[in-house]
Amino acid sequence: MSGSVTRGTVVIDTDRCKGCELCIAACRPGVLSMSVETNETGYRFPLLTEGCTACRACRDVCPDYCFEVFKYDTPIVDGAIVDGVIVDTQVVDAGAAS
Amino acid sequence: MTVDSVTLATDTAPTRPAKKVAAALAPLQLSGEHHLCPGCGHPVAWRLLLEVISELDLAQRVIGVVGHGCYTNIVQLADIDFLQCLHGRAPAVATGVKRVQPQAAVFTLQGDGDVASEGLAEVLHAAARGERITTIMLNNGVFGDTGGQMTAASVVGQRTKTSLDGRTPDAHGYPVPVAELIASMPGVAYVARGAVNNAGSVAKTKRYLKRAFELSTEGAGYTFVEVLTMCPTGWFLPTADGPDYISDTFETTYPLGVLKQAAE
Amino acid sequence: MTARLLQGSDAVAQSAIAAGCRFFTGYPMLPFTDLLESMARRMPGVDGVCMNAETEIEAINMTLGAGAAGARAATGSCGQGIALMQEAIAEAALNEVPFVVFNMARGQQDYFQATRGGGWGDYRTLCLAPKDVIEAVEHTQLLFHLADKYRSPVMMYGDYLIAHTYVSVDVVKRDYGPLPAKDWALDGTAGGSGHARQIWTWAMGTATNPGLGPDLHWQHIADKFEEMARVEQRWESNSCEDADTVIVSFGTSGPFVDQVVEDLRADGLRVGAFRPITLWPFPEAALAEATAAASRVLVFEVNAGQMIDDVRLSVGGRVPVAPVGRVSIDFSGMRQGEILTVPWIRDRVRKAIGEVRVS
Repeated sequence: MSGSVTRGTVVIDTDRCKGCELCIAACRPGVLSMSVETNETGYRFPLLTEGCTACRACRDVCPDYCFEVFKYDTPIVDGAIVDGVIVDTQVVDAGAAS
Repeated sequence: MTVDSVTLATDTAPTRPAKKVAAALAPLQLSGEHHLCPGCGHPVAWRLLLEVISELDLAQRVIGVVGHGCYTNIVQLADIDFLQCLHGRAPAVATGVKRVQPQAAVFTLQGDGDVASEGLAEVLHAAARGERITTIMLNNGVFGDTGGQMTAASVVGQRTKTSLDGRTPDAHGYPVPVAELIASMPGVAYVARGAVNNAGSVAKTKRYLKRAFELSTEGAGYTFVEVLTMCPTGWFLPTADGPDYISDTFETTYPLGVLKQAAE
Repeated sequence: MTARLLQGSDAVAQSAIAAGCRFFTGYPMLPFTDLLESMARRMPGVDGVCMNAETEIEAINMTLGAGAAGARAATGSCGQGIALMQEAIAEAALNEVPFVVFNMARGQQDYFQATRGGGWGDYRTLCLAPKDVIEAVEHTQLLFHLADKYRSPVMMYGDYLIAHTYVSVDVVKRDYGPLPAKDWALDGTAGGSGHARQIWTWAMGTATNPGLGPDLHWQHIADKFEEMARVEQRWESNSCEDADTVIVSFGTSGPFVDQVVEDLRADGLRVGAFRPITLWPFPEAALAEATAAASRVLVFEVNAGQMIDDVRLSVGGRVPVAPVGRVSIDFSGMRQGEILTVPWIRDRVRKAIGEVRVS
């Protein structure tokens, strides 16, 4: 949504997650929340929304090594989530305009 | 996998140009699978230990002596030389290892039950002798592996399987301040206490571990790092409440920070 | 050959060093103390380590660590101290760490402890019982060899007589043949290779290199002890071929019994002596053979009757087995008791021969 800056993203091994929720509290920009559905072991797992700063706090506190953290070369300043992928609306608008 | 306008896909690496700034597994880590409880702090400490060993370039010199507890599982997950020893005896075993392989970086990894209860003599004697080894004590105030009984490090008021109404001094005495005892000894080069309940403490704890290994491998003396780890199972708490139990309860008895740093 | 008058403990210390022992530790306890003191004096001169352990538990665990790191390591104690070491001796048997334990016992009252062990799990402790300092010097080096050959802790059953008697002895380095390299020993170098070394009674291995696990690993250990039992039995048999009475004894009782045999033979009595050198594995078949022609077996040991159990097992009920020793210790509780003299033993054997009716 407008106003959020997304500097990075994570890859989450949701199969290995044991639903401890420590990442939720640790996440500095507060972009993680627990799912409703459960993994094969029966645990809920974290979901990511836009605004990740690649601070790595989730990875730092996770007891099950679920997180890989990536930092984008250029942050997405005005993003929107389309089909689960963050899209830079400025670039899309510029592309549509050209 | 939820696909909507609020949730991002997190099952594959990003296609947009990006740099990986944190791997899931630590260096020297063979697998992320373990059977420790949800919300356990031990695996976080494992990761810091392996990162420190790797960053100090000790992988081909390091020998770990591991006690008995849930944390013993590290022996299956890390690609370094390990000896799993009897409960409490790791500092004595590590002494034998180090005296015979003085060039090796020797450490012990133990729990509070292993150190403060069963192995108090061993750890104090190794410290007194100034053995050039590093002891890491993972402190969650319970014998986790056996189901959560009280240890000599359990804090006053802590409910455990053998102190169901909370540890009371009259009945159970007071916790043994192992780190403080060790810090009082001349042969000891460094003592610090960290925690893994939040990202800030995790970062500090890693620095403590790094310093401890630097000093023991340099031959400065015995080094000891206590790491407060969450055990929500042993504490009868939901996993999300583990970190606060450390900051609100454990840290009162066990304040964080560097307890001893011998003069260079 | 330069034989010198040496205290038994010092001779054993020199022999251990000749065998390549470079890590020793212990806690003072008579009659083991002199061996610790000898090592404290001698180890620095060979760039070895001798540590004055704060407790026996620490001594045995330090020794385990040193053995795990590839050194020829040893410790010792007696009686109550060996009792404290049981857990770690069993541990080393089950995680395959070699070292030597010099049990300089207070007499013969610890045969059960040495042979049955008070540790945990399915393990055995190979135990040699020398009859004198000369044999102790030889056994010392053999023990280091056997410990490495089988990757297991082994024990010498010595005692006050061996520890404290001065004997003229030449400590010569012996060669028992080649041994495989200790590529299992921990030195850190395999870190990061995918095949880091692991010493663990549970033998779980790693996520990428699984081990046997406790079930198969402990079966393997049991098989190893079975092999040891088959191959490593040692004994000494004296005049048993035509003996009507065989006297069985162990350790320093041996020479006394040998003299008794000589004396009684001179009187026309057909007696023989049998001495197990390995208390474990006990030479059952050899004893059965040595007593094949006998009508009685007598057991002389300075205790309430411990080795006699193994003698009975070996003889299998074919002939009566009777004790001719008893509890006997001096006033200090540490040294040989009054019955360890040739006249006393000879007299008891005569009585036993007279008392036990045949047919």
